[in-house]
Amino acid sequence: MKRFVGFIKKEFYHIFRDTRSLFILFGMPIVQILLFGFAITNEINNVDIAILDHSKDATTKEIINKISASKYFSIKQILERETDIEAVFKKGKVKAVLNFETDFGKNLIKDHQATVQIITDATDPNTANTISNYINSILQNYQQEQNKAIHIDYVIVPEPRMVYNPELKSVYMFVPGVMTIILMLVSAMMTSISITREKELGTMEILLVSPIKPFQVIIGKVFPYIFLSVINAVVIVLLSIFIFKMPVQGSLFLLALESVLFIISALALGILISTISATQQTAMMISLMGLMLPVILLSGFIFPISSMPLPLQVLSNIIPAKWFIIILKGIMLKGVGLEFIWKETLILLGMTILFIGLSVKKYKIRLE
Amino acid sequence: MKTIRYIIQKEFKQIFRNKGMLPIIFVLPLLQLIILSNAATFEVKNIKFAFIDNDHSASSRALIDKFEASTYFDVLTVFPSETQASSAMLKGEVDVFLEIPSHFERDLQKNKTTSLGVTINAIDGAAAGVENVYVTQIVQSYNKQIKTDLMQVSDAQIQPVTITSIPLFWYNETLNYKTFMVPGILVLLVTMITLFLSGMNIVREKEIGTLEQINVTPIKKSQFIIGKLFPFWVIGMGLLTIGLIIAKLIFNVPMIGDLLLMYFYTSIYILVILGMGLFISNFTDTQQQAMFIAWFFTVIFILMSGLFTPIESMPGWAQTLTEFNPIKYFVEVMRMVMLKGSGFVDILPQLVKTLVYAIIMNGLAVWSYKKTT
Amino acid sequence: MKKTNVIQAEDLTKMFGDFKAVNGITFEVKKGEIFGFLGANGAGKTTAMKMLIGISIPTSGKANVAGFDVFTQAEDIKKNIGYMSQKFALYDDLTVKENISFFGGIYGLTKARIKEKTKELIEDLGLQEVSNQLVGSLPLGWKQKISFSVALLHEPKIVFLDEPTGGVDPITRRQFWEMIYKAAHYGTTIFVTTHYMDEAEYCDRVSIMVNGKIEALNTPKKLKEQFQVDNMNDVFLKLARG
Repeated sequence: MKRFVGFIKKEFYHIFRDTRSLFILFGMPIVQILLFGFAITNEINNVDIAILDHSKDATTKEIINKISASKYFSIKQILERETDIEAVFKKGKVKAVLNFETDFGKNLIKDHQATVQIITDATDPNTANTISNYINSILQNYQQEQNKAIHIDYVIVPEPRMVYNPELKSVYMFVPGVMTIILMLVSAMMTSISITREKELGTMEILLVSPIKPFQVIIGKVFPYIFLSVINAVVIVLLSIFIFKMPVQGSLFLLALESVLFIISALALGILISTISATQQTAMMISLMGLMLPVILLSGFIFPISSMPLPLQVLSNIIPAKWFIIILKGIMLKGVGLEFIWKETLILLGMTILFIGLSVKKYKIRLE
Repeated sequence: MKTIRYIIQKEFKQIFRNKGMLPIIFVLPLLQLIILSNAATFEVKNIKFAFIDNDHSASSRALIDKFEASTYFDVLTVFPSETQASSAMLKGEVDVFLEIPSHFERDLQKNKTTSLGVTINAIDGAAAGVENVYVTQIVQSYNKQIKTDLMQVSDAQIQPVTITSIPLFWYNETLNYKTFMVPGILVLLVTMITLFLSGMNIVREKEIGTLEQINVTPIKKSQFIIGKLFPFWVIGMGLLTIGLIIAKLIFNVPMIGDLLLMYFYTSIYILVILGMGLFISNFTDTQQQAMFIAWFFTVIFILMSGLFTPIESMPGWAQTLTEFNPIKYFVEVMRMVMLKGSGFVDILPQLVKTLVYAIIMNGLAVWSYKKTT
Repeated sequence: MKKTNVIQAEDLTKMFGDFKAVNGITFEVKKGEIFGFLGANGAGKTTAMKMLIGISIPTSGKANVAGFDVFTQAEDIKKNIGYMSQKFALYDDLTVKENISFFGGIYGLTKARIKEKTKELIEDLGLQEVSNQLVGSLPLGWKQKISFSVALLHEPKIVFLDEPTGGVDPITRRQFWEMIYKAAHYGTTIFVTTHYMDEAEYCDRVSIMVNGKIEALNTPKKLKEQFQVDNMNDVFLKLARG
């Protein structure tokens, strides 16, 4: 036991003496979460659009004013010809063009119907779709106003209630994701080099010859980083709560426990990576190249998993981050207790045990 | 000149001899390109829909039928009460549920107006917005239907006005997300590989001691650095090429613009990344530190590149910051050239900025490399 | 015939913050000498050497190597010297031949010359069997010899060896010193640091550094007389005890 404690102490010394790395380990996540919490959002604001108005009458003017008054759009240019549209898109100056037909106002009064094209630059299809929908809403709004004026009813009014996130703040969606990614990458990275560095320096042989059991070596290596990552996690949660006003509807204690579980799973993954890498370089490259994109893309952080093709939905199940994000959102935004997230918790637990088990096995193989 | 050739030869030999790293450099990125590009979509599909029908009338059933007919919604089940529906939503089993009030049909016929309770899981605010739009669209279409059914003669003279808006999606009619994401993900992969490799490279020689040996030779700084960067530049361009082939063959991403222009731009872009990696390498003592710093910047660059969330949506100060994000320019150019067919003049601003960035970054890298301390 | 000084140091000092790693050392090394730069671990030998080979700028003092000033002409110095670091810095993932070719190329040797030298080196060291093997797979003693030979590839006037015999067995050490003698015989000046005091016997003159200062500088014979002992190890012990 004393040997084990001594081993852990040594690991701690390693970490705390490398001040540059420490600075990065603690400072970077903070900077990142601040940056992302404020900068990453799906909401659209002040999107530049252009108008091609073939009518130039009072009606189109009114509509254009409505659009310009909205905080979502900013009218950047007035076009004169159809051919201008291509040019302005190619230069990337505007994201959408509103094309009013000739005699728009007249047609509305005479034929009770008029047409306008909402042309969007769909190289970014998501934004294009959102922009199209928003502009359409403004148009529908205008239409409804006109109709109200002439008392046409038969209206079913849907009353939408947005739950868990009434103000539709994208922060709520992203912060849990960012937390997860940062914790996962930092943890996996930190431990992945831990074992390979010993291999490269040659001190691994000393460990192998010593009476410390492989199981103890693995746990010993993971332990100090748990400590560090928990500090990171706490800071991130505090920042989320106080700066981004993320609620924690559920139990803080449960949040803490689940976070520790996730951290251990990420650390264990890092250790597993290092047992299969010959050099530090390989370990780091696998951790970063192998984990970063899959975690960002398949964890449900940005893209909804339910919209992905089935094989990918299945694949996403092996990513620990996916389960943790569900847990985080559940506890923080929905306020659920363990009874709602026990499945996800069990899965994380299982993964952790699997990673540690595999690591010990691989480490033992080295002994033979 | 000849000296540079020796360095380049050595670097290539070392890269290709490193059997462990080769699959990571070549296979892993391309594998990710193929698999992950399918993941990236903001489309809202398979919305788990439930409803509470307090009316049980022909009208309420007609409304539900419309939802069932829609391809967006998966109508799961009917709940007897709002409490149960909410509980299901807590569990994540339901995304949207509708509550039809009792007297729905009666109110519609008598008062010509009634309300509908729509509850949406809004954790993903953007998706919630879209779901709401879809719900509204279906309700509006139902509205139109009943107007024609229930309208009485006296109302016939007054006709509603309709503004018909025709949405046109240029360059990507079907709103195919892959067209958008595949080039973007390729950019990320090329960037990550070149940054990590160049970032670790010099530090590794520092760690094993060969850097000192090199510093004692009369080799010039610039020769050494050019020699070191060139192989990674080649690898970057190589990855790009294979990636583009995959994009075309597997994903059928349109390539409208001038491929040569794309290559030209990329060749300069990679220089920026390499310069950064090198610069990082000069200031760190261990590979670990180099990787941490590279990681820090990579994550920031990726998330703030406009690939996943639009730059226009970011607050002003964040948008200013993106001016320093090389990935942002690459993503813009990639989309403009490949998907819109933009020409040299169109991408000139991005090209110039990237060029300046490359010069500054590499200049800094060379300057900060000291053969003598 | 007066031998010229190929290395000249005057009051050479290197400070790291407040710590004086090298504290005002003064000495010269004559052409063709085998000069032993002795001292315990941490005495400042490597730091001093780094200043002489042009990769560390002195804090104060003066020094000339091969006629060039260490402050202003470091790159010229490098053209005229060879260096073998403590870590025998060769590329483990390149073969013997490739390492030779690489360093030869860096020093500006022509392809033909490199080919010549490679053949010579491999024959001299008996490495025919392993010439195409990765250096990383070779035993330490061979790496050491290859490293030394690589340092001499461009036939420099002076060659600096930093603890060249660390971790090698006594027989290999002796063989190594034979290589050094041979090089000196052809006129190359050898500047070697070591903490093995018995190797001091092999040098023409030695200096002993203690805590950043040179506390002794003479031929081994004269030093033994001065301290009235019969081996260099005891000279050092007497010095270290102060």
